[in-house]
Amino acid sequence: MEHYTMNLKLKVWRQKNAKSSGGFESYDVSNISSEMSFLEMFDVLNERLIREGKEPIAFDHDCREGICGMCSMYINGKAHGPWQGTTTCQLHMRAFKDGDTIVVEPWRANAFPVIKDLMVDRTAFDRIIQAGGYISVNTGNAVDANAIPIEKDKADSSFAAAACIGCGACVAACKNSSAMLFVSAKVSHLALLPQGAPERKTRVLDMIAQMDKEGFGSCTNTGACEAVCPKEISLTNIARLNGEYLTAGLTVDK
Amino acid sequence: MGLTGIFLILFLVVHVGLNACIFATIFNEDDHGQMFNKAAHFMGSNWVPRLLEIGLFVGIFLHIIQGLMLEFQNRGKRSVKYEVSFGNRGSKWYSRSMGLLGTILLIFFIIHWKQFWIPSRFTGVEETTIDGKQMHDLFSLMKETFAEPWVVIVYVLACISLAYHLLHGFQSAFRTIGVRNNRYLKLVNGLGVGFSIIVPLLFALMPVSMYFGWVN
Ligand code: HEM
Ligand code: SF4
Ligand code: FES
Repeated sequence: MEHYTMNLKLKVWRQKNAKSSGGFESYDVSNISSEMSFLEMFDVLNERLIREGKEPIAFDHDCREGICGMCSMYINGKAHGPWQGTTTCQLHMRAFKDGDTIVVEPWRANAFPVIKDLMVDRTAFDRIIQAGGYISVNTGNAVDANAIPIEKDKADSSFAAAACIGCGACVAACKNSSAMLFVSAKVSHLALLPQGAPERKTRVLDMIAQMDKEGFGSCTNTGACEAVCPKEISLTNIARLNGEYLTAGLTVDK
Repeated sequence: MGLTGIFLILFLVVHVGLNACIFATIFNEDDHGQMFNKAAHFMGSNWVPRLLEIGLFVGIFLHIIQGLMLEFQNRGKRSVKYEVSFGNRGSKWYSRSMGLLGTILLIFFIIHWKQFWIPSRFTGVEETTIDGKQMHDLFSLMKETFAEPWVVIVYVLACISLAYHLLHGFQSAFRTIGVRNNRYLKLVNGLGVGFSIIVPLLFALMPVSMYFGWVN
């Protein structure tokens, strides 16, 4: 692809802290290379703001290669921006053209309160994982990887679900602010494997209970989550979660 | 939601089947709505449908309460709205409008009950005699009701809402109870689209064909 530079107008959400109300601010950025990543464009803008003695824009990021799930930006109405199956950090400026206006907002959900500017508090996800995202194994030497036979299809489905990086885009995109795609990925990942069998029933009940406690909405299968998920986690996982939840609810011994 | 939704789908099958008896007049010149009246009489005089009717009211009531609670609770989960919305890029408008479509159906049900169910159960309907048996002449009541253009329009609009409610609801209900096998999901999707088009279309044809006198 041909290299080009562009001038853009950014409309970015600025908010001092969790308590203040916040609002949009516009910035003109010039000479942006089509080879830059979206976050590098923010770096360029932030360095300018620092030079001008202004407060830089706070945004979350860590790996910048699509594996940590930190970079949460809602770009022109779509979580993680216009590309399919990519995180914000993997989005490149060649997705835009000279003169574009780009609106950047934080994830919006009451369960993900804004900390500052584009950063939101996603520790609700950590607490959901703590509620059931573990397995029981014997201590001692690690078991040989081939010691437990696992059906190929199940291993593949489990692996696909385990690809979830906990970024929260599913919640951000959902009209109900539901976390079901995330929870379904975490539950499916373990429910499909023999290692997950001991806590299979309590896991799904505990994780759903924690999800509700954190204030996420209820799923109505609209499919917006699947459309933005950078790891392309399938909606089928939600149906599996519903099945696991029903069976566990009816048969658990407590 | 899923269970009450599937229950209401089953009810629709019975309801549309029974009402479709009015179309018997098209195939049989001498029917004059007798087949429909007999079918309706059977439903009203036998204890099995009466018992099912109680179940139906419980089902509808639960579905409405659950539906409205779901809608309002979910709306409360995002206090600050987005400047630019995701819109139709990730989901269908009717998938996001189940609460609205359901509320239109609820308003329609109230009109519908007032026009047919209350007269037939409580306030009385003109009688007719078929095969020596006296029964309600619901066929004539239908003809009278659907002589008004506004009634026909309201019924057709309600059928359109029903079609979209089902277009999302049918497959969603099966996902809610855990159906995820690829083969069955395909079957459910196919059945759902067919059902969502055929059933509301049949319902809509009833007032329309009565209004235009295709059924007599
Ligand atoms: C004949 C009438 C109706 C039928 C056959 C029907 C059917 C369904 C079905 C199959 C679902 C999907 C359930 C699921 O996803 O688990 C559903 C969902 C829903 N219905 Fe209805 N419904 C009817 C009337 C109503 C009425 C009167 C209301 C409201 C006042 C309503 C409101 C809702 C809502 C809010 C949902 C949730 C959306 C969702 O889960 O995707 N429905 N309906
Ligand atoms: S399911 Fe997808 S969108 Fe949701 S947290 Fe996991 S990776 Fe992110
Ligand atoms: S910064 Fe790690 S996924 Fe984007």
